[in-house]
Amino acid sequence: MDFLLDKKHEMARSLFREFAENEVAPLAQEVDETEVFPQGTVDKMAKYGFMGIPVPKEYGGQGCDPLTYVMCVEELSKVCGTTGVIVSAHTSLCIDPILTYGTEEQKQKYVAPLAKGEKLGAFALTEPGAGTDAQGAQTKAVLDGDEWVLNGSKCFITNGKVADVYIVIAITSITEDKRGRKKKNFSAFIVDKDAPGFTFGTKEKKMGIRGSSTYELIFEDCRIPKENLLGVEGKGFPIAMHTLDGGRIGIAAQALGIAEGALEKTIAYTKERKQFGRAISAQQNTQFKLADMAARIEAAQLLVYKAAMAKATQKVYSVEAAKAKLFAAETAMAVTTECVQLFGGYGYIREYDVERMMRDAKITEIYEGTSEVQRMVISGALLR
Amino acid sequence: MNIVVCIKQVPDTKGGVKFNPDGTLDRAAMLAIMNPDDKAGLEAALRIKDEKGAKVTVLTMGLPKAEEVLREALAMGADEAILVTDRVLGGADTWATSTTIAGALRNIDYDLIITGRQAIDGDTAQVGPQIAEHLGLPVISYAEAIKVEGDSVVVKRQYEDRFHELKAKMPCLVTALSELNEPRYMTPGGVFDAFDKEITVWGRADLKDVDDSNLGLKGSPTKIAKASDKVAKGAGEKVTLDPAEAVEYLIGKFKEKHII
Repeated sequence: MDFLLDKKHEMARSLFREFAENEVAPLAQEVDETEVFPQGTVDKMAKYGFMGIPVPKEYGGQGCDPLTYVMCVEELSKVCGTTGVIVSAHTSLCIDPILTYGTEEQKQKYVAPLAKGEKLGAFALTEPGAGTDAQGAQTKAVLDGDEWVLNGSKCFITNGKVADVYIVIAITSITEDKRGRKKKNFSAFIVDKDAPGFTFGTKEKKMGIRGSSTYELIFEDCRIPKENLLGVEGKGFPIAMHTLDGGRIGIAAQALGIAEGALEKTIAYTKERKQFGRAISAQQNTQFKLADMAARIEAAQLLVYKAAMAKATQKVYSVEAAKAKLFAAETAMAVTTECVQLFGGYGYIREYDVERMMRDAKITEIYEGTSEVQRMVISGALLR
Repeated sequence: MNIVVCIKQVPDTKGGVKFNPDGTLDRAAMLAIMNPDDKAGLEAALRIKDEKGAKVTVLTMGLPKAEEVLREALAMGADEAILVTDRVLGGADTWATSTTIAGALRNIDYDLIITGRQAIDGDTAQVGPQIAEHLGLPVISYAEAIKVEGDSVVVKRQYEDRFHELKAKMPCLVTALSELNEPRYMTPGGVFDAFDKEITVWGRADLKDVDDSNLGLKGSPTKIAKASDKVAKGAGEKVTLDPAEAVEYLIGKFKEKHII
């Protein structure tokens, strides 16, 4: 067993760090303040292959492994949580299910431009009445000749409106079991932005990751070609759950990055900030807090990297992903809160990055399965 | 078209310079990077490759660890990499280094050789022109723009207050300034490919037409008496004057110091 990264991954990390520091960090405050989607950054990331890291080269990707992708999201999120989630949602939630369940035609048509960053991807499962209880969804799809007709709405969709390709989960039939209970059968669809009947509702105003474009999607007799069904009809729910397993590793990496970024800022600040005639880093209270945070962050990193390795080598990695996301998200929230505390009054001021990082951290405990959902997944496996 | 870019792994001086007790650089204590002028030279070569098509080979002389900058160059888009490393080459000054690199280059087909102007650790700006001298090639130093036109290169050569535009027939050697361009980032896939590629490793025996007396520490006429970090400048004198008075003041000072 070896916990050291090999030289190849070290070099990839140095690339992501250099890019993040030069291209992403200088814009992080502005992106948060103005809530404007950082299209320029996305264009640069596309140029350097960041939008298709774990995608095979034959589909326009970089041919790297999930660990490399995870390190990219981590390094981006160290300086800007918004940029981290743009890459994560695009890669894990849109490209991954098409690669896993798509036909060869679908992969050629959709994955190649997505992986090259010519197009941006999104994933739509959540509805106003269906969050953790995804079975409560109402959006329906009916086959009409050669087209599926979608009706309903989705909410809180990351990369909404800016994305070109959407994976949409909708009910395609309702069946009764032996006891007469109704069961919704879902299917997954690939929906192009310009599909007739597909529009966008309101843009959400969020606490954190404010440059991320979060929209409501509206389908009113939205017609898409029959061949845009992803995977088998009626098997959309397992597709969505499996996709979220991968997505959780991306969000865990985002949370990890936010925590690391906040700790880096705080270490520097505590060395400079003087109180009672000496740097606050000379106070044992500060030292112990920094030590606790560093230990916790490293534990989170090991869980996140383990989950990434599991995705590379195992067919099922739900539990690894759930543990990584649960621990990394709660670490991000705890660490950023502590960092704001160590910054004191300055930590509460928007000019200082840790204030933004604390707001960005919160969402990692909520989206792509709340911490409670992760506990359900983990305990479910324990008690099976 | 074959372009060879000579690069060097240098300590990153951004975080300050660290010395061994004997006054030599403590390279182990500093991060190692690709020398900035060399990186700009590599970018210039890669742009020629993108526009006109070319095979770009990177070559470095150094410790086995210098393989890192070769991998980085491959990940940016270079096609081949050569590491010249041998114990007998250690301790080389610019003369022994340029002799070694010229000896390696004699084994390769090249139309254009690009080196950085100077390395941030030694700051001599001698190795590039010396290589050209050993190989009997024309050299254009201090390039702030490089263009290939037919069988020639057109180079904008920087001076303090002007530039020269020079044209040289290939084969020739150009030394690049970091201001030449903004080097590209590696790509993740490029990093993975770089580690799948073989790096050619050459030792003393692979150097063509060089004499042992010109290699390594023994072949180095330069002896370093003492090395030190930059000494911090004094605070100077600050004056606040309106423009007309400021001109008077400056002229007075220049006269006082016999500058004008």
